[in-house]
Amino acid sequence: MAINVNPTRMELSRLKRRLKMAVRGHKLLKDKTDEMVRRFVLLVRKNMQLRVECEGALAAAMERFSNARAFMGDASINEALYYPVKNSEVLVGTKNIMSVYVPTIEQVQTDQEVELPYSFAFSSSELDGAVIDLSSLLTKLIELAEIEKSCDMLADEIEKTRRRVNALEYVMIPEMETSIRYIKMKLDENERGNLVRLMKVKDMLEQDRA
Amino acid sequence: MSYKKMAVIGDKDSVMLWRALGVETVFADEPGQVDRAINRLAREGTAVIYITEQCAQMVPETIRRYLTEPFPCIIPIPNKDGSRGYGVESIRKNVEKAVGADILL
Repeated sequence: MAINVNPTRMELSRLKRRLKMAVRGHKLLKDKTDEMVRRFVLLVRKNMQLRVECEGALAAAMERFSNARAFMGDASINEALYYPVKNSEVLVGTKNIMSVYVPTIEQVQTDQEVELPYSFAFSSSELDGAVIDLSSLLTKLIELAEIEKSCDMLADEIEKTRRRVNALEYVMIPEMETSIRYIKMKLDENERGNLVRLMKVKDMLEQDRA
Repeated sequence: MSYKKMAVIGDKDSVMLWRALGVETVFADEPGQVDRAINRLAREGTAVIYITEQCAQMVPETIRRYLTEPFPCIIPIPNKDGSRGYGVESIRKNVEKAVGADILL
Protein backbone atom coordinates (compact mmCIF):
# COMPACT_ATOMS: atom_id res chain seq x y z
CA MET A 1 0.00 0.00 0.00
CA ALA A 2 1.44 3.31 -1.04
CA ILE A 3 1.48 5.82 1.73
CA ASN A 4 1.12 9.28 0.31
CA VAL A 5 0.41 11.46 3.28
CA ASN A 6 2.41 14.38 4.57
CA PRO A 7 4.08 13.35 7.82
CA THR A 8 2.95 16.38 9.75
CA ARG A 9 1.18 16.87 13.04
CA MET A 10 -1.76 18.49 11.27
CA GLU A 11 -2.20 15.46 9.06
CA LEU A 12 -1.85 13.17 12.05
CA SER A 13 -4.60 14.80 14.06
CA ARG A 14 -6.83 14.97 10.98
CA LEU A 15 -6.34 11.27 10.33
CA LYS A 16 -7.02 10.41 13.95
CA ARG A 17 -10.30 12.30 13.80
CA ARG A 18 -11.28 10.52 10.63
CA LEU A 19 -10.39 7.15 12.08
CA LYS A 20 -12.58 7.79 15.10
CA MET A 21 -15.44 8.75 12.81
CA ALA A 22 -14.92 5.69 10.61
CA VAL A 23 -14.96 3.36 13.59
CA ARG A 24 -18.15 4.92 14.88
CA GLY A 25 -19.76 4.75 11.45
CA HIS A 26 -18.71 1.15 11.09
CA LYS A 27 -20.31 0.21 14.37
CA LEU A 28 -23.54 2.01 13.53
CA LEU A 29 -23.79 0.47 10.07
CA LYS A 30 -23.07 -2.95 11.44
CA ASP A 31 -25.87 -2.59 13.98
CA LYS A 32 -28.12 -1.39 11.18
CA THR A 33 -27.42 -4.46 9.04
CA ASP A 34 -28.01 -6.77 11.97
CA GLU A 35 -31.39 -5.27 12.71
CA MET A 36 -32.36 -5.19 9.04
CA VAL A 37 -31.46 -8.84 8.62
CA ARG A 38 -33.55 -9.71 11.65
CA ARG A 39 -36.59 -7.88 10.25
CA PHE A 40 -35.94 -9.26 6.80
CA VAL A 41 -35.94 -12.84 8.01
CA LEU A 42 -39.28 -12.34 9.75
CA LEU A 43 -40.77 -10.75 6.65
CA VAL A 44 -39.40 -13.22 4.19
CA ARG A 45 -40.76 -16.19 6.13
CA LYS A 46 -44.21 -14.64 5.92
CA ASN A 47 -43.63 -13.82 2.28
CA MET A 48 -42.83 -17.42 1.41
CA GLN A 49 -45.82 -18.73 3.28
CA LEU A 50 -48.18 -16.22 1.68
CA ARG A 51 -46.81 -16.86 -1.77
CA VAL A 52 -47.27 -20.60 -1.56
CA GLU A 53 -50.81 -20.08 -0.29
CA CYS A 54 -51.70 -17.56 -2.97
CA GLU A 55 -50.24 -19.56 -5.79
CA GLY A 56 -52.22 -22.61 -4.78
CA ALA A 57 -55.48 -20.70 -4.47
CA LEU A 58 -54.88 -18.77 -7.65
CA ALA A 59 -54.21 -21.92 -9.62
CA ALA A 60 -57.49 -23.32 -8.33
CA ALA A 61 -59.37 -20.20 -9.38
CA MET A 62 -57.77 -20.32 -12.81
CA GLU A 63 -58.80 -23.90 -13.20
CA ARG A 64 -62.40 -23.07 -12.38
CA PHE A 65 -62.22 -20.24 -14.85
CA SER A 66 -60.99 -22.47 -17.63
CA ASN A 67 -63.79 -24.89 -16.82
CA ALA A 68 -66.23 -22.03 -17.14
CA ARG A 69 -64.65 -21.08 -20.42
CA ALA A 70 -65.11 -24.60 -21.67
CA PHE A 71 -68.77 -24.51 -20.64
CA MET A 72 -69.65 -21.10 -21.96
CA GLY A 73 -67.39 -20.48 -24.90
CA ASP A 74 -65.09 -17.55 -25.51
CA ALA A 75 -67.67 -15.13 -26.81
CA SER A 76 -70.01 -15.26 -23.88
CA ILE A 77 -67.14 -15.16 -21.37
CA ASN A 78 -65.89 -11.99 -23.00
CA GLU A 79 -69.37 -10.57 -22.96
CA ALA A 80 -69.79 -11.35 -19.30
CA LEU A 81 -66.48 -9.91 -18.17
CA TYR A 82 -65.69 -7.13 -20.56
CA TYR A 83 -67.33 -4.37 -18.61
CA PRO A 84 -66.28 -4.24 -14.99
CA VAL A 85 -68.89 -2.93 -12.59
CA LYS A 86 -66.49 -1.63 -10.05
CA ASN A 87 -63.03 -0.25 -9.86
CA SER A 88 -60.66 -1.85 -7.44
CA GLU A 89 -58.55 0.73 -5.74
CA VAL A 90 -56.11 0.45 -2.93
CA LEU A 91 -55.04 2.91 -0.29
CA VAL A 92 -51.29 3.25 -0.40
CA GLY A 93 -48.67 4.89 1.74
CA THR A 94 -45.12 4.31 2.83
CA LYS A 95 -43.66 2.98 6.03
CA ASN A 96 -40.15 3.39 7.31
CA ILE A 97 -38.28 0.20 8.19
CA MET A 98 -34.73 1.09 9.24
CA SER A 99 -34.80 4.11 6.93
CA VAL A 100 -36.00 2.08 3.97
CA TYR A 101 -39.29 3.44 2.73
CA VAL A 102 -41.45 0.44 2.00
CA PRO A 103 -45.01 0.57 0.73
CA THR A 104 -48.14 -0.09 2.72
CA ILE A 105 -51.18 -1.15 0.79
CA GLU A 106 -54.71 -1.46 2.10
CA GLN A 107 -57.75 -2.74 0.39
CA VAL A 108 -60.46 -0.13 0.14
CA GLN A 109 -63.54 -2.19 -0.51
CA THR A 110 -64.09 -4.62 2.26
CA ASP A 111 -67.67 -5.54 1.45
CA GLN A 112 -68.20 -9.20 1.97
CA GLU A 113 -70.79 -9.46 -0.76
CA VAL A 114 -69.21 -10.10 -4.11
CA GLU A 115 -70.96 -8.38 -6.95
CA LEU A 116 -70.99 -10.42 -10.09
CA PRO A 117 -70.79 -8.10 -13.05
CA TYR A 118 -72.93 -10.17 -15.41
CA SER A 119 -76.35 -11.67 -15.63
CA PHE A 120 -76.82 -15.18 -14.39
CA ALA A 121 -78.92 -16.23 -17.34
CA PHE A 122 -76.05 -16.82 -19.72
CA SER A 123 -73.22 -17.77 -17.43
CA SER A 124 -72.22 -21.00 -15.77
CA SER A 125 -71.93 -21.35 -12.04
CA GLU A 126 -68.27 -22.26 -12.47
CA LEU A 127 -67.64 -18.69 -13.52
CA ASP A 128 -69.38 -17.39 -10.39
CA GLY A 129 -67.18 -19.68 -8.34
CA ALA A 130 -64.02 -18.50 -10.05
CA VAL A 131 -64.89 -14.84 -9.53
CA ILE A 132 -65.81 -15.37 -5.89
CA ASP A 133 -62.62 -17.36 -5.28
CA LEU A 134 -60.50 -14.67 -6.79
CA SER A 135 -62.16 -11.83 -4.97
CA SER A 136 -61.81 -13.56 -1.62
CA LEU A 137 -58.17 -14.07 -2.50
CA LEU A 138 -57.64 -10.40 -3.24
CA THR A 139 -56.95 -9.39 0.36
CA LYS A 140 -54.19 -11.98 0.56
CA LEU A 141 -52.79 -10.96 -2.79
CA ILE A 142 -52.58 -7.36 -1.71
CA GLU A 143 -50.82 -8.36 1.48
CA LEU A 144 -48.46 -10.45 -0.62
CA ALA A 145 -47.68 -7.45 -2.81
CA GLU A 146 -46.88 -5.32 0.21
CA ILE A 147 -44.67 -7.88 1.88
CA GLU A 148 -42.90 -9.02 -1.24
CA LYS A 149 -42.01 -5.47 -2.19
CA SER A 150 -40.75 -4.81 1.33
CA CYS A 151 -38.56 -7.89 1.08
CA ASP A 152 -37.18 -6.82 -2.29
CA MET A 153 -36.29 -3.39 -1.01
CA LEU A 154 -34.87 -4.61 2.29
CA ALA A 155 -32.72 -7.22 0.57
CA ASP A 156 -31.29 -4.56 -1.68
CA GLU A 157 -30.61 -2.19 1.19
CA ILE A 158 -29.01 -4.93 3.28
CA GLU A 159 -26.66 -5.74 0.45
CA LYS A 160 -25.68 -2.10 0.09
CA THR A 161 -25.15 -1.57 3.79
CA ARG A 162 -23.12 -4.73 4.07
CA ARG A 163 -20.83 -3.46 1.34
CA ARG A 164 -20.35 -0.24 3.20
CA VAL A 165 -19.56 -2.09 6.41
CA ASN A 166 -17.01 -4.27 4.64
CA ALA A 167 -15.43 -1.34 2.87
CA LEU A 168 -14.99 0.43 6.18
CA GLU A 169 -13.79 -2.63 8.04
CA TYR A 170 -11.34 -4.04 5.52
CA VAL A 171 -10.20 -1.02 3.53
CA MET A 172 -10.75 2.37 5.10
CA ILE A 173 -9.92 1.62 8.71
CA PRO A 174 -6.74 -0.46 8.11
CA GLU A 175 -5.52 2.11 5.61
CA MET A 176 -5.94 4.93 8.06
CA GLU A 177 -4.25 2.95 10.81
CA THR A 178 -1.18 2.32 8.66
CA SER A 179 -1.06 5.97 7.68
CA ILE A 180 -1.21 7.03 11.31
CA ARG A 181 1.54 4.60 12.23
CA TYR A 182 3.66 5.87 9.36
CA ILE A 183 3.26 9.49 10.40
CA LYS A 184 4.07 8.68 14.01
CA MET A 185 7.26 6.83 12.99
CA LYS A 186 8.30 9.63 10.72
CA LEU A 187 7.71 12.28 13.38
CA ASP A 188 9.65 10.28 15.96
CA GLU A 189 12.46 9.80 13.53
CA ASN A 190 12.61 13.54 12.85
CA GLU A 191 12.66 14.18 16.56
CA ARG A 192 15.57 11.82 17.07
CA GLY A 193 17.40 13.31 14.11
CA ASN A 194 16.98 16.75 15.59
CA LEU A 195 18.26 15.64 18.96
CA VAL A 196 21.35 14.02 17.51
CA ARG A 197 22.05 17.10 15.46
CA LEU A 198 21.83 19.30 18.55
CA MET A 199 24.19 17.02 20.46
CA LYS A 200 26.64 17.06 17.61
CA VAL A 201 26.55 20.85 17.40
CA LYS A 202 27.08 21.07 21.13
CA ASP A 203 30.11 18.75 20.88
CA MET A 204 31.54 20.79 18.07
CA LEU A 205 31.11 24.00 20.04
CA GLU A 206 32.85 22.47 23.07
CA GLN A 207 35.74 21.32 20.89
CA ASP A 208 36.08 24.79 19.40
CA ARG A 209 36.20 26.35 22.83
CA ALA A 210 38.83 23.90 24.08
CA MET B 1 -51.88 8.02 1.86
CA SER B 2 -53.58 8.08 -1.50
CA TYR B 3 -55.83 5.97 -3.65
CA LYS B 4 -54.23 4.11 -6.47
CA LYS B 5 -55.28 1.45 -8.90
CA MET B 6 -54.15 -2.10 -9.50
CA ALA B 7 -53.41 -3.83 -12.75
CA VAL B 8 -52.62 -7.25 -14.10
CA ILE B 9 -50.54 -8.13 -17.14
CA GLY B 10 -50.56 -11.47 -18.89
CA ASP B 11 -51.95 -13.59 -21.66
CA LYS B 12 -55.65 -13.14 -22.22
CA ASP B 13 -56.79 -16.48 -20.84
CA SER B 14 -54.99 -15.96 -17.57
CA VAL B 15 -55.98 -12.42 -16.75
CA MET B 16 -59.51 -12.13 -18.14
CA LEU B 17 -60.94 -13.24 -14.84
CA TRP B 18 -59.45 -10.24 -13.03
CA ARG B 19 -61.74 -7.95 -14.94
CA ALA B 20 -64.64 -9.08 -12.84
CA LEU B 21 -62.96 -7.47 -9.85
CA GLY B 22 -62.36 -4.16 -11.56
CA VAL B 23 -58.61 -4.63 -11.80
CA GLU B 24 -57.19 -3.11 -14.95
CA THR B 25 -56.15 -5.90 -17.29
CA VAL B 26 -53.54 -5.65 -20.00
CA PHE B 27 -53.19 -8.48 -22.49
CA ALA B 28 -49.63 -9.06 -23.58
CA ASP B 29 -47.74 -11.97 -25.12
CA GLU B 30 -44.52 -10.37 -26.34
CA PRO B 31 -41.62 -8.75 -24.47
CA GLY B 32 -42.23 -5.42 -26.19
CA GLN B 33 -45.86 -5.31 -25.18
CA VAL B 34 -45.09 -6.31 -21.60
CA ASP B 35 -42.36 -3.73 -21.33
CA ARG B 36 -44.56 -0.96 -22.67
CA ALA B 37 -47.44 -1.99 -20.45
CA ILE B 38 -45.29 -1.90 -17.30
CA ASN B 39 -43.85 1.48 -18.13
CA ARG B 40 -47.23 2.95 -18.95
CA LEU B 41 -48.83 1.62 -15.77
CA ALA B 42 -45.92 2.86 -13.68
CA ARG B 43 -46.25 6.31 -15.20
CA GLU B 44 -49.94 6.33 -14.45
CA GLY B 45 -49.16 5.67 -10.82
CA THR B 46 -50.39 2.11 -10.49
CA ALA B 47 -49.67 0.76 -7.02
CA VAL B 48 -49.68 -2.96 -7.69
CA ILE B 49 -49.00 -4.74 -10.95
CA TYR B 50 -49.59 -8.46 -10.97
CA ILE B 51 -47.81 -10.10 -13.84
CA THR B 52 -47.87 -13.69 -14.99
CA GLU B 53 -44.60 -15.54 -14.53
CA GLN B 54 -44.27 -16.06 -18.26
CA CYS B 55 -44.46 -12.35 -18.90
CA ALA B 56 -42.20 -11.54 -15.97
CA GLN B 57 -39.50 -13.80 -17.39
CA MET B 58 -39.59 -11.87 -20.66
CA VAL B 59 -38.62 -8.53 -19.15
CA PRO B 60 -36.17 -9.00 -16.26
CA GLU B 61 -34.55 -5.63 -16.99
CA THR B 62 -37.75 -3.66 -16.68
CA ILE B 63 -38.69 -5.41 -13.47
CA ARG B 64 -35.29 -4.75 -11.99
CA ARG B 65 -35.65 -1.07 -12.72
CA TYR B 66 -38.69 -0.78 -10.48
CA LEU B 67 -37.32 -3.13 -7.83
CA THR B 68 -35.96 -0.52 -5.47
CA GLU B 69 -38.84 1.94 -5.65
CA PRO B 70 -41.84 1.57 -3.37
CA PHE B 71 -44.27 1.78 -6.28
CA PRO B 72 -45.26 0.04 -8.40
CA CYS B 73 -45.02 -3.36 -6.72
CA ILE B 74 -44.56 -5.85 -9.53
CA ILE B 75 -45.69 -9.22 -8.28
CA PRO B 76 -45.37 -12.42 -10.31
CA ILE B 77 -48.38 -14.73 -10.27
CA PRO B 78 -48.91 -18.13 -11.86
CA ASN B 79 -50.78 -18.17 -15.15
CA LYS B 80 -53.46 -20.59 -16.26
CA ASP B 81 -51.01 -23.48 -16.54
CA GLY B 82 -49.93 -23.19 -12.93
CA SER B 83 -46.74 -21.95 -11.34
CA ARG B 84 -43.30 -22.35 -12.83
CA GLY B 85 -41.69 -21.49 -9.53
CA TYR B 86 -40.47 -18.11 -10.71
CA GLY B 87 -42.02 -16.28 -7.75
CA VAL B 88 -40.58 -18.65 -5.17
CA GLU B 89 -37.25 -18.47 -6.94
CA SER B 90 -37.17 -14.70 -6.67
CA ILE B 91 -37.84 -14.90 -2.93
CA ARG B 92 -34.93 -17.32 -2.60
CA LYS B 93 -32.71 -14.94 -4.51
CA ASN B 94 -33.66 -12.16 -2.12
CA VAL B 95 -32.76 -14.31 0.85
CA GLU B 96 -29.42 -15.22 -0.65
CA LYS B 97 -28.70 -11.60 -1.41
CA ALA B 98 -29.53 -10.42 2.08
CA VAL B 99 -28.39 -13.23 4.33
CA GLY B 100 -25.76 -14.83 2.16
CA ALA B 101 -27.22 -18.31 2.36
CA ASP B 102 -30.53 -19.95 1.63
CA ILE B 103 -32.03 -20.33 5.07
CA LEU B 104 -35.62 -21.04 4.09
CA LEU B 105 -35.30 -24.50 2.57
